[in-house]
Amino acid sequence: MAKNTSSTAFRKIDVDQYNEDNFKVDETMESLTPSSFPDEAEIISLISLGKSDEALINALKNAPFSTKNPQIKEKALRLTLKVLLSIKPSQIEEIVSRLDVEQIDTLMKYIYKGFEIPSDGSSAHLLVWHEKAFAVGGLGCIIRVLTDNKRV
Amino acid sequence: MVEKYSFGIDPIPYHAWNNNKQQIAVTPNNQEIRIYQQERNVNDWTLRDILNKHDLRVTGIDWAPKTNRIVTCSEDRDAYVWKQGSDKKWTPTQVLLRINRAATCVKWSPDENKFAAGSGARIISVCYFEQANDWWVSKHIKKPIKSTVNSIDWHPNNVLLAAGCCDFKVKIFSGFIKEIEENFPITAWGNKGNTLGNVLCEFTNSPYIGGWIHCVSFSNDGNRLCWVAHDSSISVADVSHGSPVVFKLRTDTLPFLSCLWINHNAIVAAGHGCCPMLYSVDANNQIRLVCKLDRSQKKEGSGLSAMRKFQSLDRQAKIDNDTMLETIHQNSIKSIQIYSSINSTATKLSTTGLDGQLVIWNLNVNVY
Repeated sequence: MAKNTSSTAFRKIDVDQYNEDNFKVDETMESLTPSSFPDEAEIISLISLGKSDEALINALKNAPFSTKNPQIKEKALRLTLKVLLSIKPSQIEEIVSRLDVEQIDTLMKYIYKGFEIPSDGSSAHLLVWHEKAFAVGGLGCIIRVLTDNKRV
Repeated sequence: MVEKYSFGIDPIPYHAWNNNKQQIAVTPNNQEIRIYQQERNVNDWTLRDILNKHDLRVTGIDWAPKTNRIVTCSEDRDAYVWKQGSDKKWTPTQVLLRINRAATCVKWSPDENKFAAGSGARIISVCYFEQANDWWVSKHIKKPIKSTVNSIDWHPNNVLLAAGCCDFKVKIFSGFIKEIEENFPITAWGNKGNTLGNVLCEFTNSPYIGGWIHCVSFSNDGNRLCWVAHDSSISVADVSHGSPVVFKLRTDTLPFLSCLWINHNAIVAAGHGCCPMLYSVDANNQIRLVCKLDRSQKKEGSGLSAMRKFQSLDRQAKIDNDTMLETIHQNSIKSIQIYSSINSTATKLSTTGLDGQLVIWNLNVNVY
C-alpha cells in the first residue's frame, strides 16, 4: 500500500524531462527574428517633447520579444509603462485608433503585464487603456496575449 | 433561413452525412455513434441505429459518400470501418492504428480507398485495405511531428495530406501508399511525394509561435490550404502562382475550431465565438471578413431595466437571469460540413457544437 503523506513535493517533479522525445519549441524559429529593444533615451526625449504617441509606437515596434535576457525585458516593460502612464486618459482613444493590429496585440500584452506590477494609480489608468484597446482588438487580442509564446 | 435541430442536451462534437444527406451520424460525446434519418414530412429525426463498439469517447467520424462506409476513431486508440449489410445493419471491422495515445481525427481520402487518422502519439496512421489478408493495414507518418495532431485533410489528388498540430505547425505530407497506388501526381506543393511521410511543405502558425492549430482544410482545386489556430487567427497558404505564399488574418473574435472552403474564394470558420463567419480570399490572398452567417439578434427588451427586474421578482419570486447568447448556437461550434453544393460552391452548410444542436445554414451565393 502506498503511504498517504501530506507531502506535495512530488508534484513539482518535472516528469517530462525523462521523456526522451518531449516537445521543445523550435530554436531556429527564435533566431530568425532579430532581437530588438526600445531606445530609452529616444523615448524619454519624445515624452518630454510631448510626443507621447510617437514614443508609444516606437516602444511597441521595438518590443524585445526574441531576447531571453530578463533584464532587457524588464527595462522595456518599465519604459513602456512609463509611456502608457504619461498619456492622458482623454488622448488614449485617439492614439489607439492609429495603431495597427500587431501593435494593438503588443499593447495588450504590456497592459496585462502592467497589471502584474501595480504602482500608485497605475491599474486604474491601465484599465482605461484596456477598454480602448479591447474596443479595437476585440477578444482576439486578449486570446493572443494568452497564447503567444513570445512574452513582453 | 436556418434550420435548427436538437438531439438532446449532450454536446455533438462531430457529425457526418451520408451521400444523399438523408442520414446523419453523430456522437453524443461518448463511445456511441448514432445514426438518425431525417423525416421531412414531420420535420423530425428517427434513430436508425446505434453503433456501439468503441470503449471510450469517439473523436472522429467520416462517412464515405461513394462507398457508403463510415470510419470512426476514438480515445480507445482504435478505428472501426463500418459497412452496411443487405439487412441495413452496420457491421464493424476493427483497424489497429498501432498508436499508444488517443486518436484525434479521421478522414477518408477522396477516392475512399484509404483513410488517415491523427493521434496524440504524434503519429498519423494512413490505413488501406489489403485484399489478400482481408485486413486494414496501417502505416505511420511519424518523423517531424512533435505534438498531437489536431486535424487532417486530404488533397483532392488522393495523395497529399495536410496536418495541423499542437506544435504550432501545419505540414503537408505525402500519403502515398505504394501497395495500392501507381504514380504520384505532380502538384504545385512539391514533388517529393512518392514516399509515404515525406514533408512537402511546412508552415509555422505565427512568427511569435503562439497558437496551436485547430483545423486545416484544402480548397477544391487543392491549390490553397486554410488553417485556423488558437491565437484567433485564420491563415491561407497558396501555391497558385508557384512557391507557397502565406497570408494571415488576426481576427477580433474568439478562436475558431473549424474551417471549410465553400468555393475557391471563400471560407467559413466557426468556433468558440458560436457564430459561423464567412471570409473571402482574393487573388492576392488577402483575407477579409464578409459577414456573419448568424444574423439573429437578441430578443427585444432583454436589457437590464430596474422595472423589469422588480416585475419579475414580483411575479415569479426570482430574478430573471437571461443567460442566452445572441447567437443560434449556444456553445462552441466544433464541426462544419457541407450539406449541399452546386458546381463546387456550397449552398448549405451544417454545424454542430457543444450545445447539442445541429444547424443547417443557407448561404447566400450572391454575397461573395
